Amino acid sequence: MKPFEPLTRKRDAQSVRYLIVDDSVFARKSLAKIVEAFGGEIAGEAGDGCTAITEYERTKPDIVLMDITMPQMEGIEAVERIVQEHPDARVIMVSSVGYQDNILAALQKGARHFVQKPVKPEVLYEVIRCVLSDDNATMSTASQGEISR
Amino acid sequence: MKIDLIQPFISSLDAVLAEMMNAPITIVDLTMEEEGYRRKGLAAVVGFKGQIEGRLVLDMEPLAAARVASYLSGSEVDPSEPIVPETICELANMVIGNAVTQLNDRGFQFKVLPPSILTEEQCAKTERNSEATVLSFETPAGAVHLNISMRYHARRSGERAPVSVL
Repeated sequence: MKPFEPLTRKRDAQSVRYLIVDDSVFARKSLAKIVEAFGGEIAGEAGDGCTAITEYERTKPDIVLMDITMPQMEGIEAVERIVQEHPDARVIMVSSVGYQDNILAALQKGARHFVQKPVKPEVLYEVIRCVLSDDNATMSTASQGEISR
Repeated sequence: MKIDLIQPFISSLDAVLAEMMNAPITIVDLTMEEEGYRRKGLAAVVGFKGQIEGRLVLDMEPLAAARVASYLSGSEVDPSEPIVPETICELANMVIGNAVTQLNDRGFQFKVLPPSILTEEQCAKTERNSEATVLSFETPAGAVHLNISMRYHARRSGERAPVSVL
């Protein structure tokens, strides 16, 4: 993986904290490795939508990376519930199923962006940078890579 | 089974494995099977339902799955480690997800179910009179097999039933 300029929070220049939600341990490890390469810190992990909601409350992450297809509660419903309680939550959907209906549903429920699996680190980096900069929360000036939409 | 329904699965597997293994893959065989699928290595099964229903089995030599896990984790993974079956499940999830995305763009509506490890030696047939397509791929880490069984359940969105004019 190529080196990335670390992304930090503008308000305190600390590492960006991530909550990773995916029912696959492999996918969580893979995403954790990628965001750690961006200088990020793993605030928590969850394997389903219900746990994601409680973990969000507990960890108050800067960014949530959320899968869609999961047991018990799917990612889109979890996004809706998290954003209802925390309208400033920054949730990025990360799913292998990237058709328009899914993307629209996620965005309508409050997700900020969508990245299709397999995740390309350079794409995820730009998406996170874009989502953080929505709120002027990042101080990175890196410009490499492209956003996914 | 129509080849235009199979093609998205082939291109999806090609793209996912090439990305995850960082190496090219080659199709070496394509067969049709009427019996239930007999797995050859470690296998994950993913069901899908909607206008086309069926299931996909991704079957890999344990060494091939371990190589993917090693590549992504950045450290050597033994084929016996629990992360290896997890890897196969996630790869199957990505393959079907990307294929479904392509098919959805052509008007087919699907829902993908969570993947699971195929523990039985033989996978039951999904539907009466259905046959499965088995694609065998060669990768630098070993053989990979993709078994797809599906059937039409409804017309594509936008298509209309024929109207009698008599």
